[in-house]
Amino acid sequence: MSDARTTLLAELRAALPGDALLTCEEELRPYECDGLTAYRALPLAVVLPHTVGEVVSVLRLCRTHGVPVVARGAGTGLSGGALPHAGGMVLSLARFNRILEINPLARSARVEPGVRNLAISEAARPYGLYYAPDPSSQIACTIGGNVAENSGGVHCLKYGLTVHNVLALEALTIEGERLSLGGHAADAPGYDLLALLTGSEGLLAVVVEATLRLLPLPQCARVLLAAFDSVATAGNAVGAIIAAGVIPAGLEMMDRLAVEAAEDFVHAGYPRDAEAILLCELDGDEKEVAVALARVEEILKRAGASGLRVARDEAERQLFWKGRKAAFPAVGRLSPDYYCIDGTIPRSKLAEVLTRIAELSREHGLRVANVFHAGDGNLHPLILYDANTPDELVRAEALGAAIMELCIAAGGTITGEHGVGIEKINQMCVQFTPAELEQFHAVKRAFDPAGLLNPGKAVPTLARCAEYGRMHVHRGELRFPDLERY
Amino acid sequence: MDQDDHSETIAARVREAAAAHTPLMLAGGGSKHFLGRRVAGTPLAVGGHCGVLHYVPEELVLSARAGTPLAEIETALAERGQMLAFEPPYFGATATLGGTIAANLSGPRRAYAGAARDFVLGCRLVNGKGEILHFGGEVMKNVAGYDLSRLMAGAFGTLGVLLEVSLKVLPRPEAETTLVCEQDETSAIELMNRWAGRPLPLSATAWSEGRLYVRLSGPAPVIATAAAGLGGERLPQAEKFWSDLREHTSAFFTDPRPLWRLGLPVTAPPLALDGPEIVTWGGAQRWVKTGIPADQVRAHAAAVGGHATLFRPARDAPPAEDPFTPLTPALHHLHQRLKAAFDPAGILNPGRLYAGL
Ligand SMILES: Cc1cc2nc3c(=O)[nH]c(=O)nc-3n(C[C@H](O)[C@H](O)[C@H](O)COP(=O)(O)OP(=O)(O)OC[C@H]3O[C@@H](n4cnc5c(N)ncnc54)[C@H](O)[C@@H]3O)c2cc1C
Repeated sequence: MSDARTTLLAELRAALPGDALLTCEEELRPYECDGLTAYRALPLAVVLPHTVGEVVSVLRLCRTHGVPVVARGAGTGLSGGALPHAGGMVLSLARFNRILEINPLARSARVEPGVRNLAISEAARPYGLYYAPDPSSQIACTIGGNVAENSGGVHCLKYGLTVHNVLALEALTIEGERLSLGGHAADAPGYDLLALLTGSEGLLAVVVEATLRLLPLPQCARVLLAAFDSVATAGNAVGAIIAAGVIPAGLEMMDRLAVEAAEDFVHAGYPRDAEAILLCELDGDEKEVAVALARVEEILKRAGASGLRVARDEAERQLFWKGRKAAFPAVGRLSPDYYCIDGTIPRSKLAEVLTRIAELSREHGLRVANVFHAGDGNLHPLILYDANTPDELVRAEALGAAIMELCIAAGGTITGEHGVGIEKINQMCVQFTPAELEQFHAVKRAFDPAGLLNPGKAVPTLARCAEYGRMHVHRGELRFPDLERY
Repeated sequence: MDQDDHSETIAARVREAAAAHTPLMLAGGGSKHFLGRRVAGTPLAVGGHCGVLHYVPEELVLSARAGTPLAEIETALAERGQMLAFEPPYFGATATLGGTIAANLSGPRRAYAGAARDFVLGCRLVNGKGEILHFGGEVMKNVAGYDLSRLMAGAFGTLGVLLEVSLKVLPRPEAETTLVCEQDETSAIELMNRWAGRPLPLSATAWSEGRLYVRLSGPAPVIATAAAGLGGERLPQAEKFWSDLREHTSAFFTDPRPLWRLGLPVTAPPLALDGPEIVTWGGAQRWVKTGIPADQVRAHAAAVGGHATLFRPARDAPPAEDPFTPLTPALHHLHQRLKAAFDPAGILNPGRLYAGL
């Protein structure tokens, strides 16, 4: 261990209570990866501060000694965002788990960053309110992680992503300086740093408090299950609903493999003989929902649905959603490992892209299950592989890269909600030009000139792109033609 | 390349200006000229860079060049039964898309549908080095890289010249009704908040001169049920009421005193600012006509956790020195570093937002 690191540990020991610093290997193990388990690294240490004052001390000490810091919520991220920096510090915000205030009249919740997403809606429910963004991981993931990834969920089609539902943030820079961003008052003066921090993957500042917007619980919500004979027909049906001017509260799709897995796992009552199903939730006033349901049924029939079923009561509605929310772990039971992709495409390209994904799956010899936020065009192909079979991880990654690049070619993006992290860093070179990447780096330097907050994630260096570019040709041109290749 | 595409010319002008360190004053339609600080710089006209590029109603997305007249965009959307849900104010027939986004201005629907910034999906811009950059896109969800397109909303052109903007658009509500009733200001603010906590089809609220106004939008039967529950009378010519409020063309705005825009927490009580007041956005925005000094207005706003913008100076008065609430030193410093990250030579609309930015 370098001198700087030895000194840092000694100073941290002096600055923090005994239970706030982990350094021995077995204590560090649980932190070696996030939800993307293919990447692992052991940090120098994990700090678990209790107070914002302690977080400030940690950041200042790391800054002084030039040691990287990776903030961590629940570690459910799927892009390696919370992957430790070998030899760096993991800053866990797990102990910041208090809901500080629910203001029913102003419809807001002020929470610490380690509060779980679902806990907020649970605390708001007695007031007839809830927090709308609902990632499938909501029982575990934290609001700090949600802000860092700009997480979405089933209800984002109608109610927006994290960025649309955060009113204010308190954040610390690597210097330990406190920034108050946004506020209870709309349109805070100056640049929209609230938006800039949301989705910045822990590279710009550490969130230590968030004030969130709460919405009134809808009077009524009903879900409709539609079965289709092909994924392409289901994909086109999604476009038809939106084109008719209906904005469902949720519009999710699962293909045959995902449906079968979910059925085996939670018995949600999905039709096993369908090639794809759509779950369409409509909410609002009793009458409004009845009218919209009739309309959507009509649209779906015309779009070629082979079966339609409206959940008969609240219990069945919950069951339909249970199948969807459990789809990842359900697919996880089909194969030792799976790799989740997160591209977003224009809705009109759903049929075409899903068909191409099926072809790519055959070409690469790996099964792919699709379960995703269809209404937003946000795909989640799950590539099934076995890490213990030689070369399967490599093949899974190659297939993943091909799917991401397919999304870019379709006019979309490599990540809709899971973030770039370490996983998609090469594809950033395909989606952005060197000048655009350099602009990202310049923004990073404005916050963190020494590059200590979550270094090496989210934005690739141009050298890395040059190396990756050797294998990739973008829109028919060689990328980075003027950079040296090695 | 069509004749309305001036991207390369604009980028070249910025590169020249950067090399020569000569500031540029970005000029769109000029409709928001009154807002913000004066810029000493060579005018760079961007209004000619115009045209709707891509509008697919089924995708709920519209992309247009920044110089496109806002009216042209809203007309195109209306033809397909859609709208810009943030209901942007024009403040003049020449309003462009770029200026609307750069100023992040939203109208009455803001409190219930979101602000201009909430609908930005992506943009193309020229940074202060004269590079053409593209961030975000035309899809609903995109977290690849920092959200730099949303950052342009409200930056008043100090970080980049907007070339194109992609926006999320929404279907128009089937029907709209406005109800009005007599109400004092304090109870009106409380009512606005109580209503917002219930699943009602609210799309605008306002209080002015002892009257509380509420607009409901959605399917007709839903509005009917909600209206029956809320009480009050139906306002005739409601559309004109909301557009006068949005465009500052109602009688209130003819008062010669300075016009202040207060951004306050929704439940903040009425402030004693010695002048007439209009409450909008469910309590979040208050328009005040008052002659009391700026620091006092700001102190009142700050005391309840808000901020105050001198939106229009007094009639015939020179532009304000500091129309926007000053930033804390830590934030101001960070703003300066961000400005330098986009515009190292400091040539894009310098000083429009704050001195030194
Ligand atoms: C089964 C499953 C389903 C999922 N479903 C969804 C879904 O539907 N939608 C969706 O969007 N995501 C989904 N995810 C991904 C993941 O849950 C989200 O990205 C979530 O927001 C991560 O939260 P976390 O607390 O686990 O963060 P972590 O994984 O601990 O960290 C994520 C990132 O946030 C940073 N970070 C964490 N806390 C802070 C802080 N306080 N300040 C600054 N940076 C911080 C970390 O450095 C890291 O870069 C799913 C994951 C799983 C495993």
